[in-house]
Amino acid sequence: MASPSQGNNATAAQFARQVRVSEKTPAALEKEASVRFEIADLDFYYGAKQAVFGLSLRIPKNKVTALIGPSGCGKSTFLRTLNRMNETIRNTHVDGRILLDGQNVLEMDVVKLRRRVGMVFQRPNPFPKSIYDNVAYGLRINGYSGRLNDLVEHSLKRAALWDEVKDALHKSAFALSGGQQQRLCIARALAVDPEVLLLDEPCSALDPVTTAKIEELMFQLKDSCTMAIVTHNMQQAARASDFTAFMLDGKLIEHNETSKLFTTPQDPRTEAYITGRFG
Amino acid sequence: MSQARLLWRKSLNAVMLSLTGVAAFGVVSILFLILGYLIWNGGRSLNLDFFTQLPKPVGETGGGMANAIVGSLKLLFLAALMGLPVGLLAGVYLAEFGGKALGFVIRYTADLLNGVPSIVIGIFAYTLVVLPVKHFSTLAGGVALAIMVVPITVRSTEEFLRAVPGSLREGAMALGASKWRTIASVVLPAASGGVITGMLLSLARVAGETAPLLFTAFSNRYWSPGWAQPIASLPVMIYTYAIAPYDDWHRQAWAAGLVLLGLVLLANLGCRFVLSRRGTTRSV
Repeated sequence: MASPSQGNNATAAQFARQVRVSEKTPAALEKEASVRFEIADLDFYYGAKQAVFGLSLRIPKNKVTALIGPSGCGKSTFLRTLNRMNETIRNTHVDGRILLDGQNVLEMDVVKLRRRVGMVFQRPNPFPKSIYDNVAYGLRINGYSGRLNDLVEHSLKRAALWDEVKDALHKSAFALSGGQQQRLCIARALAVDPEVLLLDEPCSALDPVTTAKIEELMFQLKDSCTMAIVTHNMQQAARASDFTAFMLDGKLIEHNETSKLFTTPQDPRTEAYITGRFG
Repeated sequence: MSQARLLWRKSLNAVMLSLTGVAAFGVVSILFLILGYLIWNGGRSLNLDFFTQLPKPVGETGGGMANAIVGSLKLLFLAALMGLPVGLLAGVYLAEFGGKALGFVIRYTADLLNGVPSIVIGIFAYTLVVLPVKHFSTLAGGVALAIMVVPITVRSTEEFLRAVPGSLREGAMALGASKWRTIASVVLPAASGGVITGMLLSLARVAGETAPLLFTAFSNRYWSPGWAQPIASLPVMIYTYAIAPYDDWHRQAWAAGLVLLGLVLLANLGCRFVLSRRGTTRSV
């Protein structure tokens, strides 16, 4: 591992958590282990070019699953098939099965799907509106007409941003710092109360202090949300995730509990990647 | 030898530099010559009567062009009413929905339409609107100007929408917004400053058109109530008054030119104001 002290500490903590889990009753264990997303034999094509090959993966409920792998290995593409964001790109094609709580994602109404599966992008992308309107956006387009104020406050609190912006709700979102903007985007996604949050390298444009805040936030959100995070940063995967999937050239190479994948990788390619021999 | 070569290179450099400078100065001085001449001649003839009075009959001095000022505004209103929505929606189509082949065809057509001589557009509007009813009308002039507004608005709208980062669209779509909702609630507001500027500039551009109005709106020495009568406009009045053999009419033509220029300048300043106000909220 590139940074042993930090990485190992985090991994140890993860490991301890895993042990605690296994001490629970069988019923609790089963509930803990229940699957939110079940992906089977997924192929994805950009035109004639195949980007994901026969990928099968289970994303467990209320856990953080990290997707790691070198640039261009298809991890972002895979993440974007889960809320069908790839459909916005012309000439793409997907084969295989994606089940969200047993329902076929590919046949679901896309608006309903995206309401259940929120997404946070690589670069903060607040709308050119006020902080308040950014958070309320998802509620408004979904026809929600209840108490917007309460929900906006609740979402900003969940995203750990409320204390910093409560006096500036009607100022432009562009006045916020990069890290605040990213937390605003998380609040915006949380406002419609999604079951799953997809994070596509959410910290790659942020400094380490802000990154730590986002990771802390992810930890808190686990109670209410399932998360899948694409990251280039292996320390981040080790610190912030419960499960890690390693992808290479569009294929899933290895998927395991984070503590196990980083300490005893089964595949030599996984080992080569996490020890920094390539990627 | 090398000394002579160096001297040659240095003097060539100096000559070319001064040539480009002279050309640049020429551009600026032409504009200021026109402006100065217009202000000098027009300013002297401009008075309150010009804005409030109708043209006086031939032989009498004085009077004004109130009907032509209102006429130009009415024609521009019609052009905006008919041309801007079409241009805006077509621009949105090009930027957001247009495929490669179809997009190319539409873009190319818009550019061609933009290049069609304005007199030809006048003939077209004449055939389309004037011939069937057998008389000139405000409506016909408005149609001619609207046809000219469309291609400019299409292209400027498209350009400004394309400048909106794709991440904003993705953000809205990821929240479950439909494509149209995304465009209406996120993309267009983000580009609104530029889009509005493009619209105002297209109106400013057609405000000075004379040729398409000559045989559509024609002209009128009196007020033109409603939309079905011939109507006076500043450019056509300038044309009529400038070629007339009366000194007083020449002065009036200069004044009309100055007022027209003032209108266009106001539109330009309006754009700058809109853009600078929006500009503060558009960073990232």
